[in-house]
Order: sequence, then structure tokens, then C-alpha cells
Amino acid sequence: MNLTLKIWRQVDAKDKGKMVDYKVTEISESMSFLEMMDVLNEQLVNAGEQPVAFDHDCREGICGMCSMYINGEAHGPDRGVTTCQLHMRMFKDGDTITIEPWRAGAFPVIKDLVVDRSAFDRIQHAGGYISVNTSGNTQDANAIPISKQAADTAMDAATCIGCGACVATCKNSSAMLFVGAKVSQYALLPQGQVEAADRVRNMVAQMDLEGFGNCTNTGACEVECPKGISLDTIARMNRELMKASI
Amino acid sequence: MSGFFKSSIGRKVAMALSAFFLMFFLLQHLSINILSVLSPDTFNEVSHFMGTNPLVQFALQPVLIFAVVFHFVMGFVLELRNSKARKVSYAKNNGAANSSWMSRNMIWSGITILAFIGLHFVDFWFPEINTKFIQGDWSGTMEGVEGFRYHEELVHKFANPIRVAAYVFCFVLLGLHLAHGFTSAFQSMGGTAGRKKTLQNIGKAYAIIIPAGFIFIAIYHHLNH
Amino acid sequence: MALDSKIPKGPIKDKWTDYKNHINLVNPANKRHIDVIVVGTGLAGGSASATLAELGYNVKAFAYQDSPRRAHSIAAQGGINAAKNYQGDGDSTYRLFYDTVKGGDYRSREANVYRLAEVSANIIDQCVAQGVPFARDYGGLLDNRSFGGVLVSRTFYAKGQTGQQLLLGAYSAMNRQIARGKIEMFNRHEMLDVVVVDGKARGIIARNLVTGEIERHSAHAVVIASGGYGNVYFLSTNAMGSNVTAGWKVHKKGAYFANPCYTQIHPTCIPRSGDYQSKLTLMSESLRNDGRIWVPKNLDDVKAIREGSKKPTELTEDQRDYYLERRYPAFGNLVPRDVASRAAKERCDAGYGVNATGEAVYLDFAASFERYGKEQAKIQNISNPSEAKIKELGQEIVKAKYGNLFQMYEKIVDENPYETPMMIYPAVHYTMGGVWVDYNLMTTIPGCYAIGEANFSDHGANRLGASALMQGLADGYFVLPYTIGDYLADDIRTGKISTESSEFEAAEKEVTERIEFFINNKGTHSVDYYHKKLGKIMWDKCGMSRNAEGLETAIEEISALRKDFWQNVNVPGTSTEYNEQLAKAGRVADFLELGELFAKDALVREESAGGHFREEHQTEDGEAKRIKEFQFVSAWEYKGEPKDAVLHKEELAYENIEVKERSYK
Repeated sequence: MNLTLKIWRQVDAKDKGKMVDYKVTEISESMSFLEMMDVLNEQLVNAGEQPVAFDHDCREGICGMCSMYINGEAHGPDRGVTTCQLHMRMFKDGDTITIEPWRAGAFPVIKDLVVDRSAFDRIQHAGGYISVNTSGNTQDANAIPISKQAADTAMDAATCIGCGACVATCKNSSAMLFVGAKVSQYALLPQGQVEAADRVRNMVAQMDLEGFGNCTNTGACEVECPKGISLDTIARMNRELMKASI
Repeated sequence: MSGFFKSSIGRKVAMALSAFFLMFFLLQHLSINILSVLSPDTFNEVSHFMGTNPLVQFALQPVLIFAVVFHFVMGFVLELRNSKARKVSYAKNNGAANSSWMSRNMIWSGITILAFIGLHFVDFWFPEINTKFIQGDWSGTMEGVEGFRYHEELVHKFANPIRVAAYVFCFVLLGLHLAHGFTSAFQSMGGTAGRKKTLQNIGKAYAIIIPAGFIFIAIYHHLNH
Repeated sequence: MALDSKIPKGPIKDKWTDYKNHINLVNPANKRHIDVIVVGTGLAGGSASATLAELGYNVKAFAYQDSPRRAHSIAAQGGINAAKNYQGDGDSTYRLFYDTVKGGDYRSREANVYRLAEVSANIIDQCVAQGVPFARDYGGLLDNRSFGGVLVSRTFYAKGQTGQQLLLGAYSAMNRQIARGKIEMFNRHEMLDVVVVDGKARGIIARNLVTGEIERHSAHAVVIASGGYGNVYFLSTNAMGSNVTAGWKVHKKGAYFANPCYTQIHPTCIPRSGDYQSKLTLMSESLRNDGRIWVPKNLDDVKAIREGSKKPTELTEDQRDYYLERRYPAFGNLVPRDVASRAAKERCDAGYGVNATGEAVYLDFAASFERYGKEQAKIQNISNPSEAKIKELGQEIVKAKYGNLFQMYEKIVDENPYETPMMIYPAVHYTMGGVWVDYNLMTTIPGCYAIGEANFSDHGANRLGASALMQGLADGYFVLPYTIGDYLADDIRTGKISTESSEFEAAEKEVTERIEFFINNKGTHSVDYYHKKLGKIMWDKCGMSRNAEGLETAIEEISALRKDFWQNVNVPGTSTEYNEQLAKAGRVADFLELGELFAKDALVREESAGGHFREEHQTEDGEAKRIKEFQFVSAWEYKGEPKDAVLHKEELAYENIEVKERSYK
């Protein structure tokens, strides 16, 4: 199929940036969206132009690098996928596709479609861990039984890939789904209880400091999340913070 | 604890707490108003009680006003901060793909409700304050009306079709505001997943019954004045 | 230089304990004055960074991704092995050691593997303490699955995202140290050279991938944890950015490169669909626990399926060839990866491939749906369940186990694997070869270590499933932190290493010149053009089976391609900006050298072992034929052009395991 692409081009963080139109031809339906972008970039390089910069790495939906806002949706129109898992069969011949970077004050653009998500790392530094040394002298793994349900729910929260789609799609650029997922994982496990109060306080404080907006429970993040992280994680974080503050 | 209400989540919780109060108030308000249709006399008596009882007038009324002001001011502040969190907006954004219109436009339904409250104050609250606090008339009666004046005043207001139309419009937006706001408040308070479905259903019912009730009253009195 | 593997003396089960009891330690006050650079933040690098920082060293960690959490360890799906024997099925340290050595086709170092098996149980304890949500049974205890090449259930898992969860565990441990200021994290940085001062590794030259700035970083020791080099094939299951550059740079500065030809071709990947393809997607080996692999028995059926006139579900049992169960009755669908891959290739080469390209076999879950469904019907007390009900119940169980893999498959192939069998084909996945290290995990450059997939150490000629995660974390959490201390104990009085020395200057100059060359060359072909060509040579001639003639041709072709690359490569943009093409050019340049050494290594190794299959050396029924004289590690010394590389042999002695023919029949 043949497509028109409207892509955000921005030389560096200081540049104002603008949308630029491109045409690509002979795109196969079974290509992934990023392979389509590869075709465009090969075309640009061969024409002596600068290829479009975009983040990508594993190309199997787990590293969380890829981050495009496609036709008004984070990771494009499909559900439960990252951009690298989005396939061109979701589009039709002759379509115009608008491609923008994640937009959030806390995610400044580095170049074209590449944004800086280090704010997520800093939130994790503030408490996204259990303080246990890696000495190998911890107790036996089966010493603390954990109910299957708690372990499974913790796992569901832990599948977050930190891609930032929740922030990108939220009308308020809120990071609560991301932080909620991390807080939930530890809150659900006995190992996480010892530091639970400090963890949620510190992570929320850092989240606020980074300039993310506030959650208004629109639920858009849950819908766009490639890993289906539940809004319940946000509710749980709210509870955890209340508990920690009383 | 003071730190809590400065955090993003604390503010959400504060919004939710004021919302709970306001939602309770709406329920109470509708319950009394519906009496104006069922039994004008009872309506008059209850209205007189509410209008003259010191506990209601000097304790609950200020709390209500505070809750209203707080909910609005906080709502606007948060909206402003939230819009600042995205400096460059999307050229193309398909919000409808992942969220309801109501959830994305709480500010607009909120502003409409604010405008309504303005109208409502001009219609009822200011005259009431004028009568009671400036003129010092706490009798609840008025010339040319037998018994209490409340029902008569109410019916009189809804004679004007433009006012009724404005009320109906605002109530529809109140319904939309509640359709998101009800469950949202519970979610902010950490409502658990187990009760989610029930909550959603109660929320839907509430968001329909409350505005529908007020609309019914307005139209009823318009047609029967 | 003679190779000294520094294996401690004594019985194998005491080696590691004795070693730890006698090494030099650095006291906590002195650790504060010692810097360590760790390149790569996957399971090995991440766990090493966190542990070294906890011990008190100042760690500088480097990742080319925007966060340490994105290293490609994250993509490992199936699980991690540990000799816990929680299932009471006869597992032990020795058995894990034995399985690993046998699985590696008797081409790994006994002492290293035994140590790996020994610390494996600690890893699980450690990860659980960190909050890794491993799968549990209804009693609340840890669950296990089994993987290829073993007869016990020792694989711990977290859905199909075990690598992700383990990496997030290591990342969380790093976060704690980053917050304490003990790890300085350099994201979006790429190491472009190692700096050797007075014979010791003392720092690196790195490029900031955002600004293009070239930076000097000094340290008392340098740890390479940059993963494998599967991307030399262009198409692999590795991440797009995975590269050999860090390993290759230390090789060029004096570290020997071991067994480059040992590559693992993973049997269960989604088949290729077209020329535009940028990477291949792996489906966890755990699927072979419940899936049965087959192709049609008759070529007519193959033809009908390819034409679309017949569906695979229409074939009756006796029209199917469950070739793994037929050839290897003892291990069946759970034979090791190299064996399963070659068997698939054998069938497809014989014309039985089931998709348009002829390169696919079926992985069928129908039998599992039925088996689990019947079991569930019993549990739920459903009497006389209908076939549809059984299937539904069974599918629920399979969904709980592999739901995300099935979903991934459906998204890519656009076919519902619950209704029709999956199609799979082998793809390049892991490289057992890597930088040569001794028992201490130190390379032949003093003070330069290599851990995880970047080294060659533990898997011999073939790695068993769920052992990569085990090795990465063992190296990082439990081995390197001891061995590096023994070396650094001599450095407590050295003081901070200056970056102003002539060695740093020379290394930086070399790096800058190379970058300037790429930018100014203005050639005619893109970097990917060369990478794809290299990949094709590698896959065709150094892939699942190799022969002398092909390898000789490959060496010539790669050499010519490299020459062409250095004349005609085109890199757009400048060196002082975010420039992915430039970064890629440097990586492909190194792949073009490694590829040739790879072919040379494969040519020299006149035997078949594990992932290295020489057509000249096979048994009558097509199995790999090892040759006693090749029971050594090939460690290559850099001498300029790859063709001039000098071979050093580390003879492998097996004192605790009898070297037998590796049979899974």
C-alpha cells in the first residue's frame, strides 16, 4: 500500500520543530509499523536526507523504548501492543498517518520522535526497590509463602514496561498509572511491606516534582497501556498514600 | 498529614471528599424539592425548617458554601496545572478512542454548573438572604400568600420558559459531570476492584436520577403554574 | 601468552568455597576509593553494578538505551534454572552441572559450570527477597516448569516475562544505589574503546549518543557486560541495538575472543515473512512443554497446505510426522535447542516446510487443550463434558501459562493459535562464544572483566534453555563481586586514575578519527545495506550447518564486503548530534571484523559440537559428531586483520563427568 506520513521533525531540544509530509510506497500489510519507518529512513538516507529519529530496541514489545503517538493514539490504533508490534494491516492504502512524539512537559523532546523519559527513572530511584543487599544470604525463597492471587496480581502490575504511553495519552500528562503499577507490585507482596509507607510517599513526591499532571480518572491510560495495567493500581496507590499519611 | 494534601494524590482525595459532600447535598436537595410536587404543604414546612434552623443556617450552610467554593477553585487550579503539564499539544489527538467525553470535559460541565449556581443564587439564594438577613424577616410568609411563601415562589420562578430551558440544559450537564464524577470520586479514594461494577451501576443511576428529578420538577411547575 | 584459566585446586565441590576463603579482600574504607566501570546494564551488568555499589565501590554504569531497565535481558521469556529441588524430582547441584556440561556438548569448563550450579539456588532466594513476582502454586510456594535437555523441573518463571522481572529486580537494586550516589548512571552512552594503562584496563572512551560528545572515563577496573553478538546475522532475536562493539574493542586491545562460532539457533521463533523484516521474534522454549512439533508426512499435504487448499487441522494423526518424538523418544519435543533446530531444518530442507517460504514447521497445542481440559473437568466435577467444553477448559489453562505468547503470535502473524497450530522456524538467538575469561571472569587484559553473554564461559557449544538468566545473575550477583575484589586489593593505594594520560588521549583520538571518517565519507550505500549483506553471508554459510567450502567463501566475501564498506558507506548527519546511523556504522564495522573471525573459527573447528554443525562431521543418522582432538576452547588473539588472528587453545579436562556421546534418544 501507499501512504502519506505526517511526521514531527525537530532537530534538537531547542528547535521549535514542525510537521513534515512524506510518502512511502509498496508497504506490505505484514510489516510492523517500525519496519515501515525503516523503509522511510532507508529512502531518506539514500536521498541524502536526515532519517527520522525514533526510539526502538527489542522490537518485540517488552523493552518499552518505542514511543510514537500515531493518529492521535499512543502506540497507534491497535490495543495491547507497542508501536513495534503494531502492524500495517491496521491501515489502508492511501491513508494519511500522523506521527508525533510523546507530548509531556516531563518528557522533553530530544530529537524528532525521541523523548527523554529519565523522569521515570528518577521516580524509581526515590523508592522503586526493596532494600535488601544482594549478598545471597537472604532466607530461602519458599520461606515466605505468597498466595497465588497476590503473586499473580503483583505480576500483573509488574509487567509495566515503562514506555510512558500512559503519560502521553493522559489529557493531564499524569504518570499515576506508571507509579501506581510499581507501588502496587511491592504493596501486594510481603517483602514490600517494611518500606511501604516511605516508598509511596517518596515516589509520589518525586512524581509531583517531575511536573507530571494530576490524575482525573479518565481511564485513557488503562486503555492505551500496551501491557493492560489496571486502573486499580492507581486506586491502590491512593490507598497506600492515605494509609502512609494517617 | 498537611503534606498529604499538598501532594497530587492528596488533592485528588480533597476533590473527592468535597464531591462526596456535594453529592450528598444534591440528594438532600432533590428529596426536599420533590415534595413541592408531591405535597406543597410538606414542602413549605420542610423549607421553613431548613431556612430558619440555626444549625442548618449557621453550620451546614457555610460548610456547603465552603465545599462548593473549594470544589470549584481546586477544580480550576488542577485543570490549569494539568494543562501546563503538556507544553506542546498534539497536532492530532483521538481522545474519544480511549476515554469518555464526560471524563475529558469535567471543566466544561463544571463551568456550566458554576454558571447555573450563579443563576440559582440570583433566583433563590440572594432573595432569601435579603429577606432574612437584611430585612430581618424570618417569618417565611409573604403578603398575598396563605401560609408559607416557599412553594409559591418556586412555582412562580418556573413560569418563565427561558429559565426552565436554562435549568434543563444545566441539569443535563450536571448529569454528565456526575456520570464521571461519581465513580471518579470513589476511585480517588482508593475504591477497590471488587466493588467496581456495583459502584459503576450506582454511579450511573445516581447521575441519571438526580438531574432527571430536578428537570422533572422544573417542567412540572412550568406546566402547572 | 599462555592461557591460564586459574582454576583453583581441589575437589570440584570445594573449589569455589576454598577460593572465597583464600582471596584478598578490600576493606570497606578502601572500597570508597576504588572506581569500577560496568558497560551494559542487563542481568549481568545490572546485578554486578548493584552488588559492587552495595559493597562500597564507586560504580559508573553505561547503557546505550535510555534506561538501564531496557537492556535486552528484558526480552527473555521462559525462565531461570536453579537447583532447588523444590519439586523433589531428583535435582541437585551436580545434576544441574551435569546437564549444563552435557547440554554444552562437553565444550565448557567444568569448574565454572559447577560454580554456576552451586550459586543458582541463591539467585532465586535473592530475587524473591527483591520482590520478583515468580509464579506460585495454590499453596503459595514457587512453581516450576521444565525446559529442553533436562529430565527435571527446575525452571522458575514469571509468566512469559521472566527476563523482564529479573531485570527489573536488578534494576531496582541499581536504583537503590543510584539514589545513594554509589552508581553513576550513564544512559544513552556507548563505549567505543577501552583504555589500557601500563598493561591494565583503566578506563573507557564513551560517546554520549544524544550530544555526540566523546567522553573519557577512568576506573580501576572495567567490566564488559554488553551481551552477545547475534546481530552479526542481521536478523536475530536480539534487540536492534545489540552489538559486539564493547567486546570487540577489548579484543582489539588484547583480550582473546573465544569460540566465536558457537551460536545458538533457537528452534521456536516466528518464521520470516519478507525482505523488509528487521528482526525475528522468539517464542519461549517453554511452549515445547505443551506444544507438539510436526510437519505433514506426505509432500502432497505440504503442497495443499502451502496453496491454502488444506488446513493443518484437517490432517489426521497418521498424516502427521511428529519428527522430534519419532527421532528422540526419550526427550521428545524437549530435546536441546541445537538438536530441535537442526531437526526442523532437516525437515524443511527435505521439502516439508509448511509456509510459503518453505521455512516453517507446526507447533501444535491441540493435545494439550485436551489433556488439560479433561483434568480441569475432573477438578471442576463436570461429568461427561462435551469436546468443546474440554477444549475450552484446556485453552484457559494454556492461556494462563502462555497467554502473552499466544497474543504476541496472533498480533504478528494474524492467525489465532488457539484455533490453528503455530508456525515456527529456528532463528539466531544467543552466542555461547565471547570474550575469553579465566575462572575469575577476567579477560587476558588485567583488570578487564567480561560477564554474562559477553563472555564465553559456561555454556560450551550449546546453551540450555533458562540458563542464560542464571549465568548473567550468577556472574553479577555472586561471582564477580568476589573475584574482582581479589584483583582490586592491589589497587587500594593507586588513587584516582587520571584521564589526562597519553593512553587516554590516543584512545580518544582513534575514536574521534573513526567517527570523522564515517561522517565525511559520503559514500553510496547505507549502513543497513552492508549489515544485511553480512547477515546473508553469515546465515547462508555460517548458520545452522556449515562446511569447509562455504566457510572459505564466507571469509573471502566478508573480507571484500568490509573493504567495500570502508570505501562506500554513507552516514548522514553530523557527529555532534543524536545520530543513530553513525552509532550503527560503528557497530556494523565491528561486526564485519567479527564475522570473518567467526567463519575462520568455524573452519578451524573440524568437528560438530552443539550449535556448531559441520556437515563433514556427522553420524550416519545426521547427529553431531564430536572429535576428541577438539576438546579445547579456541581463544583468538587479535593481530590486525581477522585472517591473521592467532589461535590459542585452552584444553578442557573432564574429571567429574564422563565425556560421552550426547544422546537424547
